[in-house]
Amino acid sequence: MKLRLTKIAIFLAALIPLARLVWKYLHDGLGANPIEFITHATGDSTLILILATLSITPLRRITRQYWLIGVRRMVGLFAFFYGTLHFLTYIWLDKFFDIHEMLKDIAKRPFITIGFSAFVLMIPLALTSTAGSIRRLGGKNWQRLHRLIYFTGILAIVHYAWLVKADLRKPIEYGVVLSILLLYRVGVWASEKISEKRKQPAIPAPAASRTEATKA
Amino acid sequence: MLIRKAAAIPSSEITPKAIYLNRRNFLAGAAIAGAAAVTGVALRDLAAPALTAHANTKIEGLQKSSFSTTEKETPYKDVTTYNNFYEFSTDKEGPSDLAKNFKTRPWTVTIDGEVKKKQVLDVDAIMKMAAPEERIYRHRCVEGWSIVVPWVGFSLSELIKRADPLPKAKFVEFTTLNDPKQMPGQRISVLKWPYVEGLRMDEAMHPLTLLCFGLYGEVLPNQNGAPLRMVIPWKYGFKSAKSIVRIRFTGDQPMNTWQQAAASEYGFYSNVNPNVDHPRWSQAKERRLGEFTKRSTLMFNGYDQVASLYSGMDLKKNF
Repeated sequence: MKLRLTKIAIFLAALIPLARLVWKYLHDGLGANPIEFITHATGDSTLILILATLSITPLRRITRQYWLIGVRRMVGLFAFFYGTLHFLTYIWLDKFFDIHEMLKDIAKRPFITIGFSAFVLMIPLALTSTAGSIRRLGGKNWQRLHRLIYFTGILAIVHYAWLVKADLRKPIEYGVVLSILLLYRVGVWASEKISEKRKQPAIPAPAASRTEATKA
Repeated sequence: MLIRKAAAIPSSEITPKAIYLNRRNFLAGAAIAGAAAVTGVALRDLAAPALTAHANTKIEGLQKSSFSTTEKETPYKDVTTYNNFYEFSTDKEGPSDLAKNFKTRPWTVTIDGEVKKKQVLDVDAIMKMAAPEERIYRHRCVEGWSIVVPWVGFSLSELIKRADPLPKAKFVEFTTLNDPKQMPGQRISVLKWPYVEGLRMDEAMHPLTLLCFGLYGEVLPNQNGAPLRMVIPWKYGFKSAKSIVRIRFTGDQPMNTWQQAAASEYGFYSNVNPNVDHPRWSQAKERRLGEFTKRSTLMFNGYDQVASLYSGMDLKKNF
């Protein structure tokens, strides 16, 4: 019940950025350069949702609310949804489906190349987001594949930082959040390694030395 | 069935316009007084912005210019709410609000450097140097968008002639006001303040180079670089310095702010050139605000008459 309500709430919340764009479009609120506005708004939403997806694991561990795993797929798919809208604005409103121009752009413009890569890396994740895929791939493989989101996150922030002229504050803010989320994982991984190592010598060690250790 | 028509309001009950306007003034006055009572600010200070707001004042005696384009003008609202004016904000929607109370009077401009008549001029005196002209120019931003603006001003050469530069003067340098108190964007070191731009002497003397103090027939709105700015229509927008406090004549090429920020991306010349891309994006096309599809960018933004200034120069190197 808690999960269902949370899911409904998140579903509605994730639609707010889109609703805001539609409302602004209908009320002449997109400003002097609507296409730029839409491009930036969908880009921002994608990045925020990628960060939100990445924050679910730390959040459920820290708060011990393990049921939160149940919302991760939806948040991730919304990140992909806004990423798709962002990509569509580019190919439609910026390039007008001129494939030749697009390929030139992707090859020549580092920030486009990187943004495009970030988007492409999300596709397999969206395609294998079903329970069936987890079964078919096996949990370990599935998890390995879905670590691609780390790279999507990094590339998306480089993409952002690379397109601004001088004011790096926003990409840096996003970058700091991503760094914290990734460092958390490094920390968890490192502490698991350490506890594994501690366990290993404990098995062959004779009982005497263990009692000595407790004395000391 | 009886549907009653809404009773027409008798005209005796309609508040005369003069009275309701008065009432609004009264309410506004009361609000100001209330705010003043709460914050302890003198009423005089609160009323002051209204007295210094010069925008929306009509400029009389506008002359037409043969340099004007007949292309469709970008709406006033777009020209005044979509501004790259980093002194106020790096958001384009920011300056129109943040520059609201920017003080443009009293305002003086220092003319110095390699010039016979070093002087400090009042901006109102500068505006009277020559007859104001309306010049409808294309304006192309380095970011890939463009607008068409009916600027008001006259050729910078009018001021330069009066300043009487020495033969040593090869360049002109423009400096924007440095006042972080009034310009919140300057509290962040996104760029090195104050903003500096420059032109070669022959560029500065070219009749297209406009010393500008108005748009749409009115005094320049604060967010557009009031009270005095440059408009160099064949160069990317950032070359046109805003809110100028100093015009200096030099023998050496000035270091302009954007070149200092990223020399590989922004050169001294920064002529609009569809064949020389910004290292990170293409300059071949532009989005004219208000248009759906992109249009091709023209060499020198379509101002071919300046081509002779650069004959023999490699514009790929001197970008």
